[in-house]
Amino acid sequence: MKVVLQNLTKVFPGRNKKVNEEVVAVNDFTFTIPDGKLIGLLGPSGCGKSTTLYMISGLQKPTSGKIFFGDDDVTELSAESRGVGLVFQNYALYPHMTVRQNILFPLQNLRGKDKLNKNEMLERAQKAAALVQIDNLMDRKPSELSGGQQQRVAIARALVKMPSVLLLDEPLSNLDARLRLQTREEIRRIQKETGITTIFVTHDQEEAMSISDMIVVMKLGLVQQIGRPQDVYDDPVNLFVAKFLGTPPINVFDGRVENGRLYIGEDEVMKVKGVEDQPVTVGIRPEGFTPDSKGRLVCGLNGVEIMGRDVSVVSTHPASLNPVIRSIINADNKIDTSAETVKYSLKPHKVFLFNKETETRIYFEVK
Amino acid sequence: MSESTMKVMQEKDLRKVTSSQKAVKIAVQFMLYAFLILMAIIIIFPFYWMLISSVKSLSEYRLSVPTLFPREILFSNYVEAFNQANLGRLFLNTLYVGLVSTLLSLVITVLSAFAFARLEFKGKNTLFALLLATMMIPGELFTITNYATVNAFGWMDSFTVLIVPFLVSVFYIYLLRQNFMQIPNELYLAAKVDGTSDLKYLWKVMIPLALPTLISITILKMMGAWNSYVWPRLVANKEEYRLITNGLRNAFTESTGDVNIPVQMAAVAIVSLPLFLVFIFLRKYIMKGVSRSGIKG
Repeated sequence: MKVVLQNLTKVFPGRNKKVNEEVVAVNDFTFTIPDGKLIGLLGPSGCGKSTTLYMISGLQKPTSGKIFFGDDDVTELSAESRGVGLVFQNYALYPHMTVRQNILFPLQNLRGKDKLNKNEMLERAQKAAALVQIDNLMDRKPSELSGGQQQRVAIARALVKMPSVLLLDEPLSNLDARLRLQTREEIRRIQKETGITTIFVTHDQEEAMSISDMIVVMKLGLVQQIGRPQDVYDDPVNLFVAKFLGTPPINVFDGRVENGRLYIGEDEVMKVKGVEDQPVTVGIRPEGFTPDSKGRLVCGLNGVEIMGRDVSVVSTHPASLNPVIRSIINADNKIDTSAETVKYSLKPHKVFLFNKETETRIYFEVK
Repeated sequence: MSESTMKVMQEKDLRKVTSSQKAVKIAVQFMLYAFLILMAIIIIFPFYWMLISSVKSLSEYRLSVPTLFPREILFSNYVEAFNQANLGRLFLNTLYVGLVSTLLSLVITVLSAFAFARLEFKGKNTLFALLLATMMIPGELFTITNYATVNAFGWMDSFTVLIVPFLVSVFYIYLLRQNFMQIPNELYLAAKVDGTSDLKYLWKVMIPLALPTLISITILKMMGAWNSYVWPRLVANKEEYRLITNGLRNAFTESTGDVNIPVQMAAVAIVSLPLFLVFIFLRKYIMKGVSRSGIKG
């Protein structure tokens, strides 16, 4: 089912009544989530991504704006009647019930024509458990399960009533690194198998990029950019998005454009056709550097970190806004580690210019 | 100094330290147990006195130098106690009042604790603070106003007057609310999304999770009903509403005005037995309620 958010806004009243300071958690969010897709809501903490999720679930009421499931306006519908599945960061399993009872719980609340008899319920629970591969743990209590298993139970419980929309609130944050990798693939698989429209909140850009069909980058309640992960990465609309996506993070420099040429510090590094003369902030992806003896960007060499297939070159530049510059270079490029400096030429499509004041993207022609 | 001598010295030192540590430990343990035994004697003695008095003859009881161990053990006191005091009736009355008041009290406590712990409404915190403030007022003061109130209602000499005034206990509400608050809010949200009503959530999730506290409250409330003395004495003096403590107080006065203490003690022992059993088997829950009240109440 597609989900439509229309000018969705949530304002929380300030805690201090005298100052009357309001917090706009989500500001005018409009987006149509296509049917059957996996969407990652991404942003630093406090950006309104969880609030958005709670509004879709019906646990919080929007201050203004509308939410549609398919063509139905569900804005005024309570959480009980929306039929969404929700998975919490801390799983929120009922500790006194077994896995089976936990998964059965949502089914026991079905009323009217959806009401199931006992055998149907058990069958559905068994199916949901099999989908997340915990059908051999049905008689255990949550406390007897590992974190990853508990998370699967939570997902099975959310899926068992066949929700129109599946909502995941930081589902991987409580898992260790290896399990996180495994579980995110699992979530992707389950989502593909069931075809349920899924919205997934995270502050981990890698997580969001790796499994989402589309990502929504948010900051302070405002949507910054929506798009396919690769598109957002390759074509950020502003400095925040450019900085937020990518590991290692993008390298940022002070620069200026003069006569169609880009200067970083005093180094004239490349031609940027169609940009007026102005000071700019320059972002260069770590993979945008090529070691080149004739390269125009001259950096002080700090060291080289070996990562196997690639090496990560750590260097400095007076105009860099980060403490160090980190570039990822194919290991075939031999770097002279004893040298004082390293010279780079730049890949134009990995270089982004931003307005110094507004931090919005300034586009230039790439040959 | 050679290495081997150093090693020997080290070993000696270690042995010394170890033995002095042991000595301190033993001394501490000794004092601790001495203290505990002393306290135990102080606490157990009244019970012991009740038990031995209940098997003494009246003349032995009246000796000017009391005997610490009865010369002659008379179980007839117990039989007499049963015959004289209409104990069966007293038991039933007390049981009835105890059960009904505990049951109603639990319903009230659970619902109000849920409201204070989970529901959002205007003035929730103010109201709760006001309720807590009433805990500052000594119970005796309530007795006076309650007496005036029930008198005005015309409730004197009835089971109602024994049950209703004590149905709401702020302390139990507080105890249960704290317990409910420890249940993560996500469980409530998850249940909401799964289509659960508040009442069902309360019944299916919160009550099972707070069961130990509820058992504590039940036991404490039952014990309270069993032990209550002042209030029943004030408001219910008719035979058919008399509760056990008052019944025992009055039943053994002889025509001379004297009280047959050994028989009375026998009756007290009989009446204490249920409480004693409750304590032996459920002390875990009693301790929970009492110790919490010690820390937070």
